[in-house]
Amino acid sequence: MRYGLTAPLAAILVVGCANTTSTEGPSSASSNAPKAAKVSFDENPYPSTYKPYGGAPTAIRNVTIFDGEGGQIDNGVVFFSDGKITAVGGADTPIPADIMVIDGTGKFVTPGIIDIHSHLGDYPSPGVQAHSDGNEATSPVTADVWAEHSVWPQDPGFSRALANGGVTSLQILPGSANLFGGRSVTLKNVPARTMQAMKFPGAPYGLKMACGENPKRVYGSRNQKPASRMGNLAVNRQTWARAAEYKARWDEYERKGGTPPTRDIGMDTLKGALEGKIQIHNHCYRADEMAIVIDMAKEFGYTVSTFHHAVESYKIADLLKANGICSAVWADWWGFKMESYDGIPENAAIIQNAGACTIIHSDDQDQIQRLNQEAAKALGDGRRMGFNITDATAISWLTYNPARAMGIADKTGSLKPGKMADVVLWNANPLSVYARPEKVWIDGAMLYDANDPKRRPVSDFELGQPGEGDTK
Amino acid sequence: MIKALFSAGVATAALFATPLAAQTIAITGGKVVIGDGSAPIEGGTVVLRDGKVVAAGAGVAVPAGAQVVDAAGRWVTPGLFAGFSRLGLIEVEAVNETNDSSAGRGDFSAAIDVVPAINAKVAPIAVNRAAGITRAVVAPAAPASIFAGMGALIDLGDDYDAVTKARAFQFVELGETGSAKAGGSRASAFLEFRNALIEARALTNGQRGVAAHPHDALLNRQDAEALVPVVNGEIRLMVHVERAADILNVLKLREEFPLLKLVLVGVSEGWLVAGQIAAAQVPVIASALNDLPSEFEKTAATQSNIGRMKRAGVTVAIGMINDSDAHKLHYSPQYAGNLVALQRVPGATGLTWDQAFAAISSGPAQAMGVDAMLGSLKPGRQGDVVIWDGDPLELSSAPVAVMIDGVQQPLDNRQARLRDRYRTPQEGALPKAYDR
Repeated sequence: MRYGLTAPLAAILVVGCANTTSTEGPSSASSNAPKAAKVSFDENPYPSTYKPYGGAPTAIRNVTIFDGEGGQIDNGVVFFSDGKITAVGGADTPIPADIMVIDGTGKFVTPGIIDIHSHLGDYPSPGVQAHSDGNEATSPVTADVWAEHSVWPQDPGFSRALANGGVTSLQILPGSANLFGGRSVTLKNVPARTMQAMKFPGAPYGLKMACGENPKRVYGSRNQKPASRMGNLAVNRQTWARAAEYKARWDEYERKGGTPPTRDIGMDTLKGALEGKIQIHNHCYRADEMAIVIDMAKEFGYTVSTFHHAVESYKIADLLKANGICSAVWADWWGFKMESYDGIPENAAIIQNAGACTIIHSDDQDQIQRLNQEAAKALGDGRRMGFNITDATAISWLTYNPARAMGIADKTGSLKPGKMADVVLWNANPLSVYARPEKVWIDGAMLYDANDPKRRPVSDFELGQPGEGDTK
Repeated sequence: MIKALFSAGVATAALFATPLAAQTIAITGGKVVIGDGSAPIEGGTVVLRDGKVVAAGAGVAVPAGAQVVDAAGRWVTPGLFAGFSRLGLIEVEAVNETNDSSAGRGDFSAAIDVVPAINAKVAPIAVNRAAGITRAVVAPAAPASIFAGMGALIDLGDDYDAVTKARAFQFVELGETGSAKAGGSRASAFLEFRNALIEARALTNGQRGVAAHPHDALLNRQDAEALVPVVNGEIRLMVHVERAADILNVLKLREEFPLLKLVLVGVSEGWLVAGQIAAAQVPVIASALNDLPSEFEKTAATQSNIGRMKRAGVTVAIGMINDSDAHKLHYSPQYAGNLVALQRVPGATGLTWDQAFAAISSGPAQAMGVDAMLGSLKPGRQGDVVIWDGDPLELSSAPVAVMIDGVQQPLDNRQARLRDRYRTPQEGALPKAYDR
């Protein structure tokens, strides 16, 4: 799926209008020249080649449904065909006669699980130095790198996230060594030979930013800027100021023509963020730093989609709600670094209770396999402090809410007719420790079936190794 | 006063009508889990006297004069035993000043004893106590040597007397980490190990180690002496090892050092050689949910590992080496619950609920040779008891009361204080700093 070619981004493509015969390159254009061909760039030079694998029209009956948007239907029906959700409803929902029907008695259905924060493929297993591709830790500003260019599709972690966690979509982010870490990519969790064949069609890009300890430690320890939190902000602001200038130059060129500005790959990304086409995903632990970032975003005219690892969101949940910013959090990580010292297990519940957008994320090859369990712990801790949060709401923390924050909620993240048939059938309530995915469909294709070893992906790396094809 | 109603401390006080000062306590009416792998007992009674378990089970009489705690509708279990941890050694992992797990620039290895580094008042101990962990294996991390030093067994009580057993084991790295510590190969690591034990044995034979071999000795006097009880089998040797080939090589060490009392930790590929581990009668404290080849030495990792080892007759418990081992030992019931869930995954091997609970209570105690004293509610054990509001392996459950050595423990901690302060994030009449 290609974005419109008129937006001046991406590689040196001289896009001649159909009626022009000019062979002039950008350097020969001038403001006085009569109507030269506009220089334009491909905004999507590594396009998705993902194609759904297809599957039989299927209905699951007599099942408890968490629809992803906070709704629960007991003894319900989920029907999908041609890769899309066709109908979701109560026991009387009509189903065609000749389709596959699964009895879901005692079982549960959710939308496919979505992890908004993963490094699978960029920090794959085995975690050897040769595979360490998640941080371009050579400069605090590397908005020019794209996480997708590091993704190794053979990471065995993808299959574990599918089989044990029911994960059907995930955002791969650059690491947090840098203030501007680079572009993220959203993938469908479908095994493939290439990154492009996993790429979520039409998903917007994200920009990873990082607050706090990591950038100042990485560069401060090399006696480089930033070495402090104020240094972090200084570099951030200077960079945004340059991005605003870059955007203004291109805007002017768009209006008036003339000599096109010199292309800057990193600035392309920041310009996209300022235009609202690229979502900002900002690693930020402390409440006070999040508040500063909120003001910085206003200063330069962009919006933050989500604060990631936001262990102190509970302290400013009202502010986050007022600014429409999501918090992507672990259930209970704390104490591993100074800025995580005030992490509490009730964080997600307090954010939810304040009416702000709540997301459970993993940032971890193991916890991505049990995001449902992490949500369940956070839910239990919330209920123990007296908050009335439903099971179905807790499921939205790992389905609809991350889909919204990633800009794909019109396509997946909830069980609504017309959306992608990304569906998990659980053998028990997914908020119980005793539950596991029984079947997982992506775009209606059954890609995991606990009862069928042939529906269990095995990456190239694992072939011929001890334990190949094991239940894992 | 919603806050008071839901604060853990108050809930506990409500359960115990009066403070637990009585010398005899009877906890009645709960679903009692002994922790030895037997099935839970509905409506059981647990009797503690002078800090120890006197009796637990069905039909146990309440002694005259006992303080009775009504646990109807609750679960009553032994306290959880963290099979591998760095509890008490670390406040904030990445803040060096608060992290005493290893001394990479120090001069000693095997002689290091974690006891002076243990601080019972670190926040992680209070947080894990509130989650039902009452005892823990505490291991140092390896410095510049394969030998990390001597670990301890501790309780998580709210006092300064944390150490249950000092110098309970020597900890050594003999997998990928050991290879790195020994200069870059496993061959070097095993040679370093053998050399160290040979030098220690020379000491036990009356030779004076360094003095007797002035040109050969690599170990300093303290380190060599610390290995004497290891080579003599007086203290356990806990070995971190993951891949199957390494496991077999470790088991073979007993051909040369027959008195070694081995305990294996990690053991992600144990299922491949489970028969040999069982035959060697070496207990294992295994990582429960490793299922990725996150290192080459874990290529065959699967969540079925513990279940398969158990089925092969291995004495196996759950530990969390290099996995949240300073702050989140309360993951162990979640991990145990996951092994129960595996029973319903075709082709996987899990544990029964009873086995899974034992793997986080009596299992570690057994591996460390203290199961006559700790880890279950069998008569004579220390009175470590947790009363839960539900199935202790379930994600929604939490303790409502924790006792260590029969002493009721506070469940308050700084996380709970932060929770209460920010229940409503907005400031009130005064800044949050005044809200406590």
